[in-house]
Amino acid sequence: MSAQRKLTRMIKDATQSGQSADSPGSGQSAVAALRHVTKRFPGIVALDRVSLEFHAGEIHVLLGENGAGKSTLVSLLAGMQQPDEGEILIGGAPAIIDSPRRSMDLGIGAVFQHILLVPSLTVIENLMLGGSWLRPLARAATLRRFGELSTLLGTRIDPDAPVSGLSLGEQQQVEIMRALWRDEKLLLLDEPTSMLTPQGVADLGRMMRRLKDKGVALILITHKLLEAYEFGDRISVLRLGTLAGEIDPQRLQTMSEAKRTESVIRMMFGVAPGVDAAPEPGHEEELAILLGRKLPRANTVDRNKPATLAVRALATAPDFAETPLREVSFDLWAGEVLGIAGVDGNGQKHLAEVLAGQRSLGQGRIDLAGSDITQGRVPERRQRGVRYVTDDRLGEGTVGAFSVATNLVLKEIGAPPYWRRGITDWELIHSSARETILRNDIRTPSERTPVGKLSGGNIQKVLLARELDAEANVAILNKPTYGLDLHNQRLALDRIVAAAARGVALIVISTDLDELLEISDRIGVMFQGRLAGIVDNGGGAGDKVRRLMTGAAAT
Amino acid sequence: MTAESEIGAGAQATMLRVLIPVALALLVGGLILLALGKNPLDYYGYVMQRSLLRWGGLQETLTRMAPLLLIAAGLIVAFRAGIWNLGGDGQFLLAAVTSAALAPVLIGLIPRGLTLVVCMLVGIGVGALWSLIPAMLKARYGVNEIITTLMMSFLGTSLANVLIKLVLRDPDTTVPQTRSLPVEARLPRLFDTTIHCGLVLAVLAVILVHLMMNRTAFGLKLQVLGANRAAAIHAGLRVERLTILAFAVSAGLIGLAGAVEVLGVWGTVRADWNPAFGLLVVPLVFLARFNGYAVIGFTLFFSALMVGGESAARRVGVSQHYVLVLVALLLLFLALVEYLGQSRRKRIAA
Amino acid sequence: MNALFTEPFLVSLLFGAVTAGLPLLLAGLGEQISEKAGVLNIGLEGMMLFGAYTGFLATYCTGSFWLGFLAGGAGGMAVALIVLLLCIRQGLNQIVIGIALTVGSEGLTSLLHFVQFSRTYPRLPAAPVLALPILSQIPILGKGFFSHHPLVYLSWILVAALTWMFRSTYLGLSLEAAGNKPAALDAAGVDVVRTRSLAVLATGFLAGLGGAYMANVGAGLFVPFMTGGAGVIGIVLAMLARGRPLWVLIGASLFGVSLAMTTALQVAGINVPTDVVQMLPFAVVMLVLVIFARNSMLPPALGVPYVRGER
Repeated sequence: MSAQRKLTRMIKDATQSGQSADSPGSGQSAVAALRHVTKRFPGIVALDRVSLEFHAGEIHVLLGENGAGKSTLVSLLAGMQQPDEGEILIGGAPAIIDSPRRSMDLGIGAVFQHILLVPSLTVIENLMLGGSWLRPLARAATLRRFGELSTLLGTRIDPDAPVSGLSLGEQQQVEIMRALWRDEKLLLLDEPTSMLTPQGVADLGRMMRRLKDKGVALILITHKLLEAYEFGDRISVLRLGTLAGEIDPQRLQTMSEAKRTESVIRMMFGVAPGVDAAPEPGHEEELAILLGRKLPRANTVDRNKPATLAVRALATAPDFAETPLREVSFDLWAGEVLGIAGVDGNGQKHLAEVLAGQRSLGQGRIDLAGSDITQGRVPERRQRGVRYVTDDRLGEGTVGAFSVATNLVLKEIGAPPYWRRGITDWELIHSSARETILRNDIRTPSERTPVGKLSGGNIQKVLLARELDAEANVAILNKPTYGLDLHNQRLALDRIVAAAARGVALIVISTDLDELLEISDRIGVMFQGRLAGIVDNGGGAGDKVRRLMTGAAAT
Repeated sequence: MTAESEIGAGAQATMLRVLIPVALALLVGGLILLALGKNPLDYYGYVMQRSLLRWGGLQETLTRMAPLLLIAAGLIVAFRAGIWNLGGDGQFLLAAVTSAALAPVLIGLIPRGLTLVVCMLVGIGVGALWSLIPAMLKARYGVNEIITTLMMSFLGTSLANVLIKLVLRDPDTTVPQTRSLPVEARLPRLFDTTIHCGLVLAVLAVILVHLMMNRTAFGLKLQVLGANRAAAIHAGLRVERLTILAFAVSAGLIGLAGAVEVLGVWGTVRADWNPAFGLLVVPLVFLARFNGYAVIGFTLFFSALMVGGESAARRVGVSQHYVLVLVALLLLFLALVEYLGQSRRKRIAA
Repeated sequence: MNALFTEPFLVSLLFGAVTAGLPLLLAGLGEQISEKAGVLNIGLEGMMLFGAYTGFLATYCTGSFWLGFLAGGAGGMAVALIVLLLCIRQGLNQIVIGIALTVGSEGLTSLLHFVQFSRTYPRLPAAPVLALPILSQIPILGKGFFSHHPLVYLSWILVAALTWMFRSTYLGLSLEAAGNKPAALDAAGVDVVRTRSLAVLATGFLAGLGGAYMANVGAGLFVPFMTGGAGVIGIVLAMLARGRPLWVLIGASLFGVSLAMTTALQVAGINVPTDVVQMLPFAVVMLVLVIFARNSMLPPALGVPYVRGER
């Protein structure tokens, strides 16, 4: 865990120097509060009698897994939904927040996980959005306020730049500016660090501290434990729609790091805090992993044999959506897991698509088991055992309206045994699907259920089952654990490791460095369309990778 | 557009989902007639009388079904592949004109059966060819096919007229039209009715299209393309090729409709003739939720409406084009009922 | 051949081009507003046709052309209202509803005209013309461009006004956001449905206005189905113009030229069959689409209904 600890220290140093002796928030009335709030959706109770308080000058972290209710809470405060029961209090008085406008009027600013800026407009135009239609554009006033907030937040962005040209971190900064435009008293940040570099995370931490000092109440929503106890003055843990536990500022400061981690984890998994009771059945493994004990990974790569996949000088044509490849070369052996690290948007998507056959190469050569497969497209690659698990599960990987069974055979349409002379054997497709569902523990009412109705974790199980099949030779996985809860993350990683043990050569693209450090034999780093370097996994690998990610050479 | 044929929740619900829009459309249509001082019951009564309750009328109704069914088959293929082929009128007319012009020439040279088959194949070819430009624009550049097919439709209709008036004109007639195909040379009749065997062909086509979409690899590929283009690429389908093929099959079937209508009923194409079936069949296909068997039922209903509607309109004193109002109402209510059904199902799941 | 470039031919061509092009211009501008906001109005033709009928009826009954134009705009807005209620507010499929409205409008106007006028086609008196001082004295151009009903001049001003509005007002920004990323507009506190509703109503008004002009000034009477594809051309113009009203004007003018060609040629003493000339505009559009295929850009949220908070 040493790499993690280093990062921990880095962030701690950045945030701790500003903490005052008095714990913030004590004795002041809350800026906002939820009292016994309940929200239901068809089939589930998203929030169940939750009561929380948010104080000025305090960073209140809401921690929880997917499905814990965090996003619902955000949408209630931001005016996207209304509570079914209970009330929301702003400044001590009950308030009905029935639209984003109302939320803004009440002094709440929200920054969501997905950037909500109009790409075709400039920064300043985006910030002017929302004015009354009949008035002329108040450009000067907007620029002035932009200047003020830039100073406050310490950012340097050109107001006339089109939003589509900004980096994700800069776009997020613009969003934060918009959230604070009218001197909002409460700032909501929903999973703000998922797309940021380590440096970007540190910048965000600094920004949050400045706002905290100004007296803004901050709510930070995350599922990452590290962030929670590094940024938070107060931590509340949500679990399946209820408040599982809370650690107030005093306790947070006095607890040791290990104790803090353990408390939080136990809260997230339903064990009474402070008691050494056994965790809920099924969660022992997760607990063990989180508390430091990992799954063993036997290294079975034989580099004396020729490489299964040899890739030379790959380059792709530019595309306005993703960064193209400029020059990528590497070898991949059977049974190896090659992790691909890097900040999102440095060419990973093109790399995955090129290897899968979905995108044509501008230049370069791909050899599989000695033969040149550069010219082929997806069907030819698949025939040779190349598999691709895309990160865009519902947009590309599956057809949401089609059944699980159909999706499982989606890439084999027309081929035996399910098709003979072009005629579909639906019986066989459905019976095979039933087997696959059982074997892979896919939770679905039936094999005929439309795949779009399944939870994210189960959709991923469908994709993994489809791609990591018996004939797989080389598999490319793009962000395989993104958006999954801890349990399903583990399952996905297990399947990857098991496939490697079977001899499949795997490429795992991920923005989660810890995950890559856990399962990879080597880690390559993508930077601006190039493979900046490949590092053997071992001591110091994390640091080397991080350095490569910023563009500096690894020494 | 739904992708797979859903195993519906109870036959009763499906019946309601279908009957309610029809009933509402007839009701509101009737109210409009009332507002104009006409008796809707008279109108609907005449329609039934003329089209279904008399043997002669019934035959006419069934005969009218032939082109409609073929167009419906063509539209099912296109819509399920995610392609809005709204160029049916142009494809229909051009195919009709070319078959009409070719038939009298061939009939002197080769036996009747062969002539008819050749002319029908020509109709398919012409229809498919007329969709080539929109198909390639969509496949290669992603150009919206609603616009291109509509433009080609206007072009095709004008071109058909130009061909009739200037090139293929029958010199012996005063009204510009193609040379007439004698009655004995047209499509053979079924048994001793006036219904030509094109109807059988049409019903077969619809059933075959239905089976193809649901039980073959090609059909599934089209469905994937229509449901999620990115997934189709991801799955390794040759999207450009599929798009052009889907267009060709769709337009080919519509072209066949034109050929069949000429070879079976009229024997000739008059200038400025345009039954404009292309858009009218659209609601039928949606109403049937792209199910081949349901389409046959709805087409019967619609055909009766059209055949009866013409004379009913005259008798009651309204414009012939009143039928269009009913079609529009049908579409609107269908969309509404579908939508209400969906949101009701969402609420029930809560 | 030298009959071609004489004054009568050119004047006829230019005058006809403006007259034929104006409905296309108005429909195209209207569609542009909708498309910018993310609404695909397939029913544009229906709006034009219904406006043509209501406009004709109003002028026929009152004798006032301005009242006719207002009525035409209102008629178009009535059809647009249905789009608003069903598609924008309820989220029904815009294409199916659009087809329904066009077909329904064709049937309804045909029905109403038949009931009122049976098989006669009463004509309106010639529309009043405002010959602009000085400008209308210019040889050829003066009679071709500057001797029209005032609505023509107003429409040119409209082009400039819309250009300004799109780029330099809050309304313009809202429209752009509604079509590009409605969630961002919602987060900024602006009602997406309201923005799109306004856009659709504006489209209906302009389309109906164009239809009314077509009936009252262009033809002087109403014939069922008279718009004959003008609405579709309007959609094409909007798609090709990429958000710039000036391009709609240019496109509409080019179309106007091809539509006016038959009459102009007849004036020059050259007899080309009507059907051939009728094909011209559509052939031109297809040619343009083929050549500029890569350039037609549509806003990403086009045709997709906006539902707040939907996962």
